[in-house]
Amino acid sequence: MTTTAEPGSLELGKARARKEDARLITGRTRFTDAITPTGTLHMAVVRSPLAHATITGIDKSAAEQAPGVVGVYTAADLGVESVGLPCAWPVTPDQKAPQRPLLASGTVHFAGEGVAVVVARSVAEAKDAAELVEVDYEPLEPVLDMEAAAADGATLVHPDLGTNASATWAFDSGEAGTGGSVADAIAAAESDPDQVVVRRRFRQQRLIPAFMEPRAVVVDPTGEQITMWSSTQVPHILRTMTTVTLGVPESKFRVIAPDVGGGFGGKIGVVPEEMLCVVIAQKLGKPVKWNETRSESMLAAHHGRDQIQDITITARKDGTVTGLDVKLLADMGAYLGLVGPGVPILGAFMFNAIYKIPAYKFTCTNVFTTKTLTDAYRGAGRPEATFGIERIMDELAVELGRDPMELRGQNWIKREEFPFTTVCGLTYDSGNYEQATQQAMELFDYAGLRREQEERRRSGDPVQLGIGISTFTEMCGLAPSRVLGSLAYGAGGWEAASIRMLATGKVEVITGASAHGQGHETAFSQIVADQLGVPFEDVEILHGDTQISPKGLDTYGSRSLVVGGIAIVKAAEKVVAKAKKIAAHLLEASEDDIEFNAGQFTVRGTDKGKAIQEIAFAAFMAHDYPEGMEPSLDSDAVFDPENFSFPHGTHLAAIEVDTETGHVTLRKYVCVDDVGNVVNPLIVEGQVHGGLAQGIAQALFEEANYDEQGTLVNGTFVDYTLPSAADLPSFDTRVVSTPSTTNPLGVKGVGEAGTIASTPAIVNGVLDALRPLGVTDVEMPCTSQRVWRAIQEAQGRSTQETPVDTHSPGAGLGSIDPNNPQGEVQ
Amino acid sequence: MAQVRVTVDGVNYADDVEPRTLLVHYLRERLGKTGTLIGCDTSNCGACTVHLNGQSVKSCSVLAVQADGGEVTTIEGIARDGKLHPVQEAFNECHALQCGFCTPGMIMQSIDLLGDNPDPDEHEVREGIEGNLCRCTGYQNIVRAVQSAAQKMKPGASADTQAPVSVAGGE
Repeated sequence: MTTTAEPGSLELGKARARKEDARLITGRTRFTDAITPTGTLHMAVVRSPLAHATITGIDKSAAEQAPGVVGVYTAADLGVESVGLPCAWPVTPDQKAPQRPLLASGTVHFAGEGVAVVVARSVAEAKDAAELVEVDYEPLEPVLDMEAAAADGATLVHPDLGTNASATWAFDSGEAGTGGSVADAIAAAESDPDQVVVRRRFRQQRLIPAFMEPRAVVVDPTGEQITMWSSTQVPHILRTMTTVTLGVPESKFRVIAPDVGGGFGGKIGVVPEEMLCVVIAQKLGKPVKWNETRSESMLAAHHGRDQIQDITITARKDGTVTGLDVKLLADMGAYLGLVGPGVPILGAFMFNAIYKIPAYKFTCTNVFTTKTLTDAYRGAGRPEATFGIERIMDELAVELGRDPMELRGQNWIKREEFPFTTVCGLTYDSGNYEQATQQAMELFDYAGLRREQEERRRSGDPVQLGIGISTFTEMCGLAPSRVLGSLAYGAGGWEAASIRMLATGKVEVITGASAHGQGHETAFSQIVADQLGVPFEDVEILHGDTQISPKGLDTYGSRSLVVGGIAIVKAAEKVVAKAKKIAAHLLEASEDDIEFNAGQFTVRGTDKGKAIQEIAFAAFMAHDYPEGMEPSLDSDAVFDPENFSFPHGTHLAAIEVDTETGHVTLRKYVCVDDVGNVVNPLIVEGQVHGGLAQGIAQALFEEANYDEQGTLVNGTFVDYTLPSAADLPSFDTRVVSTPSTTNPLGVKGVGEAGTIASTPAIVNGVLDALRPLGVTDVEMPCTSQRVWRAIQEAQGRSTQETPVDTHSPGAGLGSIDPNNPQGEVQ
Repeated sequence: MAQVRVTVDGVNYADDVEPRTLLVHYLRERLGKTGTLIGCDTSNCGACTVHLNGQSVKSCSVLAVQADGGEVTTIEGIARDGKLHPVQEAFNECHALQCGFCTPGMIMQSIDLLGDNPDPDEHEVREGIEGNLCRCTGYQNIVRAVQSAAQKMKPGASADTQAPVSVAGGE
């Protein structure tokens, strides 16, 4: 029991296979759907098939008579008509926020919104009876196009708000004193023949997070505390918000996030079904369970992205960027999600990216439509921003006739310029864009591929080669609480940790970061093993249960390691400090003479020493310990970061486009990411791979399509085309490490990097292949049909005769295909 | 009600089920085999993949009664005497899973693939697991794991189930 780590064999940086895999590869898992307390009743939701309609009647009688049915309830039946789900981010003081009901009463505002629930003894009986609930609707005009919705005279989603614009948030570096005035920069560029102005409109299509585990909730009202199991990323926030929403005392409410099958931001909400399960479980005094079908998940769980970006960049003809103006419209959907309105605002700080831009202005208007609401999706605002800046940098390079990488290098922050305060006031602590870029270009054979591209262009090869570039940085480690306060966010950004030194030498570590696939149990064990000098195997990471881990702010925004991991380090430092006092006492030495290394407390200059586990046992026995201290090594810490961390990277894609069919093939993908010090290279690599797949999927495969009635037409895995293994190549991913200077581990975060960088790399590559044909833009996803159409249009050929199927992803321009606004299957 | 007699992970069962009961619901809700997961409702995701009479099937697209007289192996039945199947080991070693929700199906499909093709190249692995979706890994390490397991399983390793045994409450 006194095994300590081998001196010098640090866990940090070791490619440990993951601890958590043992249960996941054997089926010994406990996802929420596996939890069914005795006597559980099952809830099914009756959902509106219409996007916008007045409910004129609900006939529950047939459903109430169906076998196994315990009750059929509307909002009125449950007395929850005035309950509204929380939005924690009023981005402006005058933000307009409609009540987001648990069940619609009066008016439905998106297709998929719940109007009633059926509770029955089995899932099948609940679903069968839900089919029997007759709801009469008087259709209203759907509001689908965010630009039209924001215009005067538009049909209002929430007439009582008087507008479809929820809020307009602006940042102007001239006004903030962090840079010049963009209006001046644009005026100067327009009147100066030695400058250029490039204006483009980009579209961030609507995506569906599509975590593999559909959401599920179980609420057990028996016992002293109400217990909720939920497939959530945010058990702590969910607990607090349930209290705020329903008035259940926080101390009487326990939330458990057991094994959670992915989230990607999609499980960051506080959702109607969770609250309904609480209300009904309390009403009936029985456990109530809801688990959604995949189709329900696609329809009713929040979506992501969905922005229109109007970007203006100004530069001198020598390539020096002089100003950047960004105007966004962001589709909120029908209501505001928990953090939805803040998602595009997070992007405000990232449009300037890795570049030195002297004048910057960002304006975003959040708009209501009658669609599923949008909220965080992997990267949350930062992929959208990175796409905008990296696309416009390529457009500027084309305008100036410059190599796009060379133009980026001319404008980015040089390695010797760190720490660097950007035009929006963030201080980037460290980075080395030159190193990551140089390595990426060598791995990629940039020069060789440019030669091949030239050859294919010259020979008129029907398969053209494009080289797609994306550089990026992101603000990770959400977040310094004071910064969140300045942005009016409804919580802090700290994280909590506790360490319990058990009598038998094992170590329990409690974290408020709630994992759902990231590998916290392994990475955090490695950190603690190093900090305390105990074996990796002896560390147990506990999380995801508010009674075990009472304090925390959960997992999102690449925060677990850079905030939660540092809280663990701080708690470990306290453990060591306490142990040192007891060691000095037991070794009859002055505390000043005690050294701690690799789990051993020794008296300087002697061979006398005790292992940390011996100290833990001595504290447990408490027969002999110093005066004036408690007999315990256990320690808590809360870490609130002073700054974000800023990982960065350079991503390169070789794209082949068949100009006869429009088919896009990703031939080669190379990225070099600087994520600071690496705790576990295996996990880092996995995060990058998965992030790349999601970012590439946005560029090439995925879009939530609505027809003109506001119906989601591809709300299943049949037609919302998640990439399969056969759709993706292997990636060449590397890391370089410039340690972060803002935390003691020098780590930066890696959860979102791949998703942020890859989307513009792919689209820039597609366009790079097609520019000689006159193609200037292809909207995402760059499906064969869209690429082919872009080629035909650039060549002056008609495409109007071509059959269009809006039921396929990528078939329409954004959400509605202008060639087929009726949205009919042809 | 219809009767189904089936061997699952080496144990014989006989149960009355509603004729519409899907195999995956029977496995999870009647037999407690909750290691097999449900990720969609259109048989696209493959999370529920099990072996039925030695072939991989998506257990959401098989009725429980169709398995009558058959032998089912789930993710819970492939380790032997506490020793993991080589594909399970490879998934761990190669970091072929993150949230782990696709993993039971992905492992069962990979075992089936290696039964048909003991030494697949990357393209063959990608085609072979095309019916199983993963949102976390980007598939690269899954491909690596399948190829790594293929090397370990040479020669002659197999994923046959153990001889069935009866337990109380089974028949």
